[in-house]
Amino acid sequence: MSTVDRVRVQERSLGWHERANERIRQSERLRALLLAGPGGLWLLLFFLLPTAIVFAYSFAHRGPYGAVAWAFTLENYARLFDWLYIRVFLVSVWLALLTTLICLVIGYPFAFVIARSPRRWRNALLVLVLIPFWTNFLVRTYAIMLLLRADGLINNALQWLGLIDRPLSMLFTPFAVVLGLVYGYLPFMILPIYASIEKFDFTLVEAAQDLGANAWHVFWRILLPLTLPGVLAGSILVFIPSVGAFVTPDLLGGGKVVMIANLINQQFLTVRHWPFGSAISFVLMAIVLAATMLYFRIGETRRI
Amino acid sequence: MTPTFLATETACASGMGGTEPLERPIDVELLDVTKVFENGVVAVDRVSLQIYRGEFFSLLGPSGCGKTTTLRMIAGFEHPSAGEVLIEGRRMGHTPPFRRNVNTVFQNYALFPHMTVFDNVAFGLRMKGIPRDEIARRVREALHLVRLSGMEERYPRQLSGGQQQRVALARALVNRPRVLLLDEPLGALDLKLRKEMQLELKHLQMTVGITFIYVTHDQEEALTMSDRIAVMNAGRVLQVGTPMEIYERPASRFVADFIGESNFLRGTVQAASPAAATVLLADRFPIEVPADRQLTVGQEVTVAVRPEKIRLVPVEAPEANGLLHGRIEEVIYIGTDTFYVVRVSDDTALRVRSQNDRNRLDGGLLLPIGTPVSLTWATDAARILTE
Repeated sequence: MSTVDRVRVQERSLGWHERANERIRQSERLRALLLAGPGGLWLLLFFLLPTAIVFAYSFAHRGPYGAVAWAFTLENYARLFDWLYIRVFLVSVWLALLTTLICLVIGYPFAFVIARSPRRWRNALLVLVLIPFWTNFLVRTYAIMLLLRADGLINNALQWLGLIDRPLSMLFTPFAVVLGLVYGYLPFMILPIYASIEKFDFTLVEAAQDLGANAWHVFWRILLPLTLPGVLAGSILVFIPSVGAFVTPDLLGGGKVVMIANLINQQFLTVRHWPFGSAISFVLMAIVLAATMLYFRIGETRRI
Repeated sequence: MTPTFLATETACASGMGGTEPLERPIDVELLDVTKVFENGVVAVDRVSLQIYRGEFFSLLGPSGCGKTTTLRMIAGFEHPSAGEVLIEGRRMGHTPPFRRNVNTVFQNYALFPHMTVFDNVAFGLRMKGIPRDEIARRVREALHLVRLSGMEERYPRQLSGGQQQRVALARALVNRPRVLLLDEPLGALDLKLRKEMQLELKHLQMTVGITFIYVTHDQEEALTMSDRIAVMNAGRVLQVGTPMEIYERPASRFVADFIGESNFLRGTVQAASPAAATVLLADRFPIEVPADRQLTVGQEVTVAVRPEKIRLVPVEAPEANGLLHGRIEEVIYIGTDTFYVVRVSDDTALRVRSQNDRNRLDGGLLLPIGTPVSLTWATDAARILTE
C-alpha cells in the first residue's frame, strides 16, 4: 500500500462521514430547539414559574393582614392532617372516582354504539355528544340547579304525578355534585373510548366466537383488554378535572359539599391564608400526578 | 386417519373418470343455500355441495363470487336466507359459531394481539374448560405440529407473516375440529413463502386427517392442494371436480378461462353424432371434436383448446398435415416455454405454448415471426363448451 493510499484510508476512516454526522446532529438539535422553543417558553413563563412561586408560598407564614410572610415552616402541610381537611380530600377523591366510574359505565356502551353504527351516522352522533360544549359550562350548571331545585322541574313533575308528596332535596347534595360532574365530563370519557373501539379489529370477535367464546368472554377477554387504552385515557380525563372541580361543587354543592378546589378558593380569597392555600394546591397536584403515573404504569404493562 | 387419506388419493388418481367415492361419510353438506344481504345483493345463489370426511376441498373463484360468504355460513358467522347447512348430518339452522364443530383460519389471521402465542393457541381450550395440564400438553403438541416449538412466550407482533400464519393454524387445529375452514390464509404472504406453505398445509392436512375447506382466488393454489375444487362465479357453483377434471374437462367457458388458459374458437357444426361433432373453425378448417351430447348441424359452438395441447410444426416439415394452418404473428420467450401467437384467419389467432425442450422440433431454436406453420392436437384435447 502506497503512502497516498494509506492517507486516503485514514481520511476515510475517521473522516468525512463522521463530520457530516456531527453536522446533521447539530442541525437536528437546532431544529428541535426551534420547534419546541415557543411552547417551552410559554410553559416556563406561565406554568413553571408560577408553580415555583406557589411552591415557595406553601412553606411561608401568613402575615397579620393576610400577606405572605417569608419564614420557612412545614406548618401548612402539617395542618392538612387535621381530620377536617383529610375529609375534604377523601370526599373529593371519592366523588371523582364515583364520577369516573359512572362515566365509564354510561360512556362505554355509548361509545360502542357510535363506533359500530354505519359510517355515515357516526359523525352526526359524535356531534350530538359534543353539542353541550356549545353552551357555557356555567349556564349549563345553572340549568341543572333549576332542574333540581325544590320547586324545580323534576320535583314539580314528580309531585304532579303523585309519586311524592314533599319535594325531594336534591340540590346541595353529593348526588347533585356527581350529577353535574358526570354531565360535564361524560364526553371526555366517550371520545377516547370511541377512538379505541373504532380502531378495534372486529374479526377478533369472530375469531374468539369461532374458538368457543360467548358474548361475556368476548367482552372480558378480547374487547375490553384491547380497548383498555381508551378506557384509561377517558378515566384520567374525567378523574383529573373532577377531583379538582370548583364550579360544580360550588354551585350544586352550595357550600354543603366542599371539595379541594373550594377549600383552596376559600383560603386564598376568604381566609386570605395564601401559604395554606398553596400547600393544599400542591397536595392536589400530587394526587393528580399520582393518578397520571398510575395511568402510564398500567398503560405500559398492558401495552399492545 | 390413514384410510381416509388413502381414499382421498384414490379419488385423485381416478382423475378423468370422475367417479365420486360413494361410501365416505359427508362432513359438510349445503342444500340449495342462498344468501341475500340486506342491500339486496345475492351473494350465494342456490349452492349445493357435499364435502367428504378428510377431504381437502377448495372453493375457487374471483373476488365477489360468494366463496367467502359460503365459508362464513358454514362457520356460522352468516346464516343462509334459504336452504340448509348440515355439519356431520345435523342441520345447523342458527347455531352460533361457538357451538359448531368447525374452526376457522382467518384471512388476516385475527390473532389476539394482547396474548402470547401460547395464550392464543390455548384460548379455545380454555373456553371449553379443559384442565390446565391438558391445555399445556395440547398447545405444545399443536405448536410442534406447525413447527413453532419454543415460540410460546412471543407476541404475534414479534412473529413473521409465515409464523403468524402457523399460529393461526395451531390455534384452530388444537381444538380438533371436525372441519377446518380456511379463508385465503396465504393471501398476505409473498410468493415464495406461499408456495412453501401450500405444500406444508397439504402435508398438515394429510397428517391430521381433518376435512379442510379452503377458499382461494388463486387457481394454481387450488390445483396444487385440493382433492376436489368447486369453481364459483356470481354466487353460483359452476363445476365441482378433482383438479384434473376441472382443468382437463371444464364444463363452461368461465371455468376454462378462469383455470389455466384457453383458446376459444367459434365454429359451426357440420356433422354430428352423439359422441362427436365436426366443427368448421374460422370458416375453413373442419375439426373433429368429442361431444358429450347430440349437437345439431348448423349450430354455432365454441371450441376450447389449451395452448399447451397444441403442437406447432413448420409447413415445410414432412409431417405438416395439421388441423389448422397459419403464420406466426408473435413469439414470446418465457424461459421454460415459448408462446407463439398463430394467426389462422383474419379474425382468429391461437396461442400456442411450446416447451423449450431440445427434442422437439419447435423447441431449441425459436421459429421466427412470419413462419408458415400448421397446428395439430389430439382429438380429445378440444372441448365443445356451452356459454
